[in-house]
Amino acid sequence: MRPVLIKGGRVIDPSQNRDEVADVLLMDGVVAEVGNDIGTPDDAEVVDAVGKVVAPGFVDVHVHLREPGKEEAETIATGARSAAAGGFTGVCAMPNTDPVTDNQAAIGFVIKQAREAEAARVYPIGTISIGQRGERLAEFGSMISAGAVAVSDDGRPVVSSHLMRTALEYARTFDIPVADHCEEPTLAKGGVMHEGMVSTRLGLKGIPAAAEEIMVARDILLAELTGGHVHLCHMSTRGSVDLIRRGKDRGINVTAEATPHHFTLTHDECSQYDTNTKMNPPLREAEDVDAIREAIADGTIDVIATDHAPHHYESKERDFDDAPFGITGLETALGLGMVELVAPATMALSVLVRRLSTDPARIFGLPGGSLVRGTLGDVVVFDPDAKWTVSVDGFVSRSQNSPFIGRNLVGRVERTFVGGRTVFQRGSE
Amino acid sequence: MRRSMAAADRTTLFDARAIARALERMAEEILDMAGRADALVLVGIQRRGVDLAGRLARLIEAGAGKLVERGAIDITLYRDDLRTVGPMPIIGETNLPPDLTGKVVIIVDDVLYTGRTVRAALAELADFGRPARIGLCVLIDRGGRELPIQADIVGETVSSQPGDHVDVLVEERDGRDAVEFVKGATE
Amino acid sequence: MTAPALGKDLLGLESLSATQIKLILDTAEPFKEVSERAIKKVPTLRGKTIVNLFYEASTRTRISFEFAEKRLSADTVNVTAKGSSVEKGENLVDTARNLEAMRIDMVVIRHPSSGAPKFLAERIQSNVVNAGDGRHEHPTQALLDMLTIRDRLGTIAGLKVCIVGDILHSRVARSNIWGLKKLGAEVGVCGPQSLMPHGIEHLGVTVFRRIEEAIEWSDVLNVLRLQLERMEAGYIPSLREYYRVFGVSEDRLARAPKDLLILHPGPINRGVEIQSSVADGPHSVILKQVTNGVAVRMAVLYLLAGGQPESAEAAKGSVRGGME
Repeated sequence: MRPVLIKGGRVIDPSQNRDEVADVLLMDGVVAEVGNDIGTPDDAEVVDAVGKVVAPGFVDVHVHLREPGKEEAETIATGARSAAAGGFTGVCAMPNTDPVTDNQAAIGFVIKQAREAEAARVYPIGTISIGQRGERLAEFGSMISAGAVAVSDDGRPVVSSHLMRTALEYARTFDIPVADHCEEPTLAKGGVMHEGMVSTRLGLKGIPAAAEEIMVARDILLAELTGGHVHLCHMSTRGSVDLIRRGKDRGINVTAEATPHHFTLTHDECSQYDTNTKMNPPLREAEDVDAIREAIADGTIDVIATDHAPHHYESKERDFDDAPFGITGLETALGLGMVELVAPATMALSVLVRRLSTDPARIFGLPGGSLVRGTLGDVVVFDPDAKWTVSVDGFVSRSQNSPFIGRNLVGRVERTFVGGRTVFQRGSE
Repeated sequence: MRRSMAAADRTTLFDARAIARALERMAEEILDMAGRADALVLVGIQRRGVDLAGRLARLIEAGAGKLVERGAIDITLYRDDLRTVGPMPIIGETNLPPDLTGKVVIIVDDVLYTGRTVRAALAELADFGRPARIGLCVLIDRGGRELPIQADIVGETVSSQPGDHVDVLVEERDGRDAVEFVKGATE
Repeated sequence: MTAPALGKDLLGLESLSATQIKLILDTAEPFKEVSERAIKKVPTLRGKTIVNLFYEASTRTRISFEFAEKRLSADTVNVTAKGSSVEKGENLVDTARNLEAMRIDMVVIRHPSSGAPKFLAERIQSNVVNAGDGRHEHPTQALLDMLTIRDRLGTIAGLKVCIVGDILHSRVARSNIWGLKKLGAEVGVCGPQSLMPHGIEHLGVTVFRRIEEAIEWSDVLNVLRLQLERMEAGYIPSLREYYRVFGVSEDRLARAPKDLLILHPGPINRGVEIQSSVADGPHSVILKQVTNGVAVRMAVLYLLAGGQPESAEAAKGSVRGGME
């Protein structure tokens, strides 16, 4: 493998509070050196990064890669490549596949597929319960030894508080997070969008904010009771943000994520019954979006995670009630973060990088998220000023179910390195 | 249909007096056709045909001393050109005596041109019964027939080309009685 | 003289202007006359093919549309289909494509999912008429309700109309709210809070918690049918309790300051939302609604069947003189 010298970029490494123009040398798969006047090794590839940002590769702790079961929407390979195109060098794959990834062998399969993809690293998440049925615990230990990094029944909530408590306690043995999809099922049943003025006008059944907040409160209390680490997936309401803030103030081990669509869009987007605006949790009100942005800025929400949920075109070509929940997100995350969070000065660029890279890696105990000497050579080079328009033909992902098609964004990945090797380069997609 | 054109393009063919004379003569001819006032039904075609039917009915009643039955039909729903006319036309009122069987129905209209309006009126009347006889009475016949239809009673004849406009104005609706002619653009 | 166009489809009243709504009501008048003739048929839509695509059982609305279509001399086909594409049967996209391939002129669709008629209309060239979609809209019902009110009371503007019942699940309520407000009426809604949509007052309606208050305020009551499933789903304790608390009864109406006009979209649940004697009484116009339903639907089909203004321009070149 040739060494790579990335020259003249603005190096942002939140793990060391570094934000300055410098060179980065990748050698033998790791970060060899960061500084000025690094000598160029023989046969090194020199990458001109003047005017660009050089950061630790992003880590997305919540993606759906659909393999096994729905390969027409995405495979581990196409998903890993889509991730790389979005600047992600690592993603955590949720286990709601078909069959469900709830055992050692299934975890091994994901690891194998990911290795053959040779793009972003894929860290499997195992289920909390067998079959995600919410009855009996899955074998955390066996799944972890096969490569799982966390457990979640995402797609579904953990309805039984007893099971959630047990999972949090059992997970302490392995020091892994238990990630919950917070949704009180009897309140949310049949709902397809946020319960509010827009759902009333459109005549669609709504999911009230309380459905999320009830479970958020429960999970925080259980984390307090057990001392375990609960990670709250895709937060969407101001009430949830409030509860998390208070939980953290009390020293409870709760972490939370939010998606780019939840800091960008409101339920008004659903007015034309466009199924690319249907996801769970749904798009909420403007006040919720504001609260999510503030929370990401002040760290109440620890990480940005896309909940990348690809669906084949035909399955979304249905009336709103019938269409499945979910949109893609890996390739628009950076652009949305730049336009919606950094440009309006809600937060600094270095904080955006922290929420996309350093903190996700830290919270899930993954390598990466840092440019410290000797760390993995997982690096993203992006142009913070590049203006581009999201186009349906431009996706690397196998699916195009995104509400952002046609949107003008600023900020685009130029190159992504995993272990010192190029896994994505703009212009050669 | 009522284009607003420069005054210079419009000429008056018949004024109020000429129209009044024509209507008197037409009223006599209608009574001759029907034989008896009480066998007669004057059916005006919306909209100015209805106005003219009213005038004719009053003239006949003054002479015969008996009331003349009247009706109005709107032929919009029976038009043969609805597919090409663009947004659908507004439909006027249709109001006919309940049974036309055995009556002499005289259709009254302002201008007879292609004949398509009268064809539609005949189709519509057929759904209301079986008159003993149907006759056609028009104030102006401007030629240019596209169907084999002729009027039994004609007020005045005018010669015209396609592209010309022959407009009948009535006091009740337009504030004055007149027949006006607008020459079409020459190619 | 031509009227302003309605566009390609009738999907709901929310997107129509007051002028367009008035146009439909006015156009219904001559069609009432057609339905009183011995020969209840005009040739206006002769040769047009209309498909009644009903994904939800509904005898009365479908029959009303069928009469409207046949009285306009159109050819009609009834298709009853399964609701969700998860069940056996063709999904909505394939149905749309098949209809288009058969060169259908118009589709009248009733579907359990809100937004389904719009979904269809975006994918086929045929005119699409919404005969009821999920809880979203039922435009022809609201139009016939308004026509009936206008017939009896002479106007819509300034009237106080209260819709009573399960507003949460009602597309009839929503369409009526849009239509009535656009024509200048004041609109109220009354029903159990558990069957009242979140934030409905933001649509500009007055919310009444008790039927007595609604009766005192209103000129017109539009009483909705209460579905048995609502009790089974736990929204209300029982139908008996519903009648006791919200039923439109003679006693309650007797205490009203004025005579109220009573409407109901049917079919009536006697003794649940309304007392029999009220439904059959002198202030009820329920049967008039049914008669007006056919006329309104004829008006809608007539207005949608017209071409766009461009086709009039194109025709001028070929047909000399038009109709004279």
